[in-house]
Order: sequence, then structure tokens, then C-alpha cells
Amino acid sequence: MITKRIIPCLDMTQGKVVKGIQFVNFRDTGDPVKLAEFYDSEGADELVFLDITATVENRDILVNVVKETAKKVSIPFSVGGGIRTVNDMGMILRAGADKVSVNTGAFKNPNLIKQCAKTFGSQCVVLSLDARKVKKNRWNVFINGGGTDTGVSALTWAKKAVSLGAGEILLTSIDTDGTKKGFNIDLTKTISEEVNVPIIASGGAGKIEDFFEVFDKGKADAALAASLFHFKELTIKQVKQYLANKKIPVRLN
Amino acid sequence: MIVIIDYGLGNLGSVKNTLDKLGVYSLVSNSFEKIEKADALILPGVGSANQGMKNLKKFKLDKLIIGEIKKGKPFLGICLGMQLLFSKSEEGNVDCLNIIEGTVKKFSSKLKIPQIGWNEVRIKNLEVRIKNLFKKVPNNSSFYFVNSFYCNPKNKSIIVGESEYGVNFCSILIKNNIVATQFHPEKSGRVGLQFIKNWLSLI
Repeated sequence: MITKRIIPCLDMTQGKVVKGIQFVNFRDTGDPVKLAEFYDSEGADELVFLDITATVENRDILVNVVKETAKKVSIPFSVGGGIRTVNDMGMILRAGADKVSVNTGAFKNPNLIKQCAKTFGSQCVVLSLDARKVKKNRWNVFINGGGTDTGVSALTWAKKAVSLGAGEILLTSIDTDGTKKGFNIDLTKTISEEVNVPIIASGGAGKIEDFFEVFDKGKADAALAASLFHFKELTIKQVKQYLANKKIPVRLN
Repeated sequence: MIVIIDYGLGNLGSVKNTLDKLGVYSLVSNSFEKIEKADALILPGVGSANQGMKNLKKFKLDKLIIGEIKKGKPFLGICLGMQLLFSKSEEGNVDCLNIIEGTVKKFSSKLKIPQIGWNEVRIKNLEVRIKNLFKKVPNNSSFYFVNSFYCNPKNKSIIVGESEYGVNFCSILIKNNIVATQFHPEKSGRVGLQFIKNWLSLI
């Protein structure tokens, strides 16, 4: 059966990994390609690159990182940050990424999802959705790096994006992100049960049990974490072994 | 020389990167001359069956591929490149290359579609392992899949390995000089690299 995926996230700016600066072996360089190779060898199922200060000037740097990563790693990876047009997406895919994630650009122009899915296939189009709780059982979509409340419900937008052709949703809970108190189970479960594409849960991973929770109760298809892995508080192998012992299907080869 | 057939779709670069990593000379091309001269062919693919067939026909690659396979040239079809070998696909109800008898069917709509992620491949046919294709690839290893459709060959004896996604489906088949996988060995980490290495060693 299909296994649950464990995905390290590499937040980058100007071609350097930012959250990973204290990462043991790469402290001085923050080299995303080296980090990607390391995670590939550690058993990561996939990688996510987010260019957190994506600008036009930085685009060439990002494309080079993607090209180098594609040469070195042999697991799938997605790239996101500042994608506004089909051309932006094509450039990243041609450089060797398997998927591209769209966030603010797609919210402002939902047709972007439709065009990208039509041109490259739904499997390449990941909707990156940042959600924050506004009242009981209601989460809104926040854009511009989580800074702007759109007033639109996360569930409504998730459903619409899937109907337009998004093949996967990278769902980040702003409420839990950085807290290390566990993934947002309610949000993840709500979205996962209502849409028919895989959900990558993100935000809040702090201890090994959190991964079990997000798969078991949250119904996530994949779980993402950044600093937890970068700082080696947990290794991917530990997480997977733990999940396997708890009868969650994971890839161990 | 290996030719990765360029029909304007999918992740041609990933397959090329993988062969580069293994130190094997390859070209991404749709040139008739190169394809005819190649020692082996790879038909990769991400995308839809109707677009795939349309593109193969546009470049007149359909007849060429059929001819090269008939000549006995080693051939590896990956994902859509496997599905296009079949008689027909439910995806857009399109007639495909009809090199392998059978249809390409859609997964149950009760499941999350596409299937994205790592799934186990159960090797059914031990004879094949003797042929070294699965050397150093343990049975039930996980490979990376991205698909909404799966192949249903009429002749079940060509099925070498199966995986499960709501239904048991053919994830790898061998028919004469053809090896075809529903999974992406070029995206399947260490075991994927080993698998491609094994295939190359059989050429």
C-alpha cells in the first residue's frame, strides 16, 4: 500500500538555506544542494524548497539551485516561492523540479492553477495554503507570507483549487507553525477529509509522537518539518522507524 | 548509446540526470536517425495519454517505436511511457500503440487521485529476479509513483510485479525486449538507481 511521506522543508533566501544555518555539517555554507543530498541519503521521501524572499533578481539563483539539486538527488522535490505565471512554473520544472507550489500568486489569480495543470499536469501543481484559525472550526486563507487575511475559508479555497487542477495541497497551519507543540490536527483532518488529493501537513512538529498523530488522527498523506530535522532533534530514520512500529506504512528502503 | 525519446512531455531531464549519475551516455532526442542507432530506448513520461499519443503522432514517433520494439531493441517504458504501449487508455478514451494487449484504467474515485508517493512493489515472477533485473533490490521495496491510471494487460503472465492502490495493479511488466514500470525508477532513490543499473546491465 501507499506509504506516508516524511518531507524535510528547506527555506531559502538568495540560494542559502536559512532555517538550517545551525545544521551541524553545513553551518558555514547553508548549501541547499548538500542538505538535499544529505536528506536523500537519510531516507526523506521528498523535498520541499521554499524561496521565502522570492524576487525576480533571485530567480536565476533559484533556478541554479534546482538544476544542481536535480543532478544530485534521486527523490522528487517541489519548489515554491513567488510563482506568478505559467512561465515561472515552466522555468522551475525545466530546471528539474518535479512539482511547483503556488500560493499568493494562485490566490490572486486562480486561473494560474488551471493553466499550469493544463500545461504541465495536475501532478506538478501543489497548492501551498497558509491557514489561520479565526473562530471555532473556521480557518481563513492568509497570503503574502501569512501576513494578509483574505477572509476566505481555507476549506472553500482548497476545494476550489482542487477543482481547478491542483494535484496536492501543502497545508501550513500558521497557528502551530514554529510552536513545536504538534501539527494542527483539526485543520488537517477537516481539509483532508473534504478534498480528493493528498495533503501534506506542515507546521508544529516538535516531537516524534506528533507524526503519528497527524497521520492517525489528522488523516494527512505526508508530514513536513524543517528545523526539527535541520537541528537534528530527530532524524528521518528515527521518525520512520517509530511510525513503522506504530503500524503506519512508511518506506524503509 | 541510450536514447531517451523526446516527445515534448514530462520529466525527460530526470531520466537523463539518472543516466549521467550512473556514468552512461545518453541523449534526449526525437531524431529518427538517433533512435534507430540507439542501443536501447527509454520512453519516459508525465502527462496525459491523449496528449502523449498526439505528440508521438505529431513527431511520427508512433510507427518508429513500434518498429524498433519489433526489431528487438531493449526498451524501457516509464509511467505514461508504459501506458502508451497498451491498446487503449480510458484517459481521454484514446487508442495507444497497441504493442501490449490490454487497457489502461482509472483508479477508483473513492481514493485520492493521483496516487502520489512511495508504494511497495511485490515481485511475482521469480524467474525475472534470476535475470538480474532485481539484483540488490529486495522484494517489496518501495518505489515512487504518480498516477491516476493503471495498466491492465490481457496476458497476465507478463506481469512481473504488483502494487496495491484500492486494487492490485501491474506495476512492472516484462514482454520480450520490453520492460515497463508504472513507478518512476529515476525518482525512487537508491533502489531506483539500482533498478536502472540492473536494466542497463541486461542490454
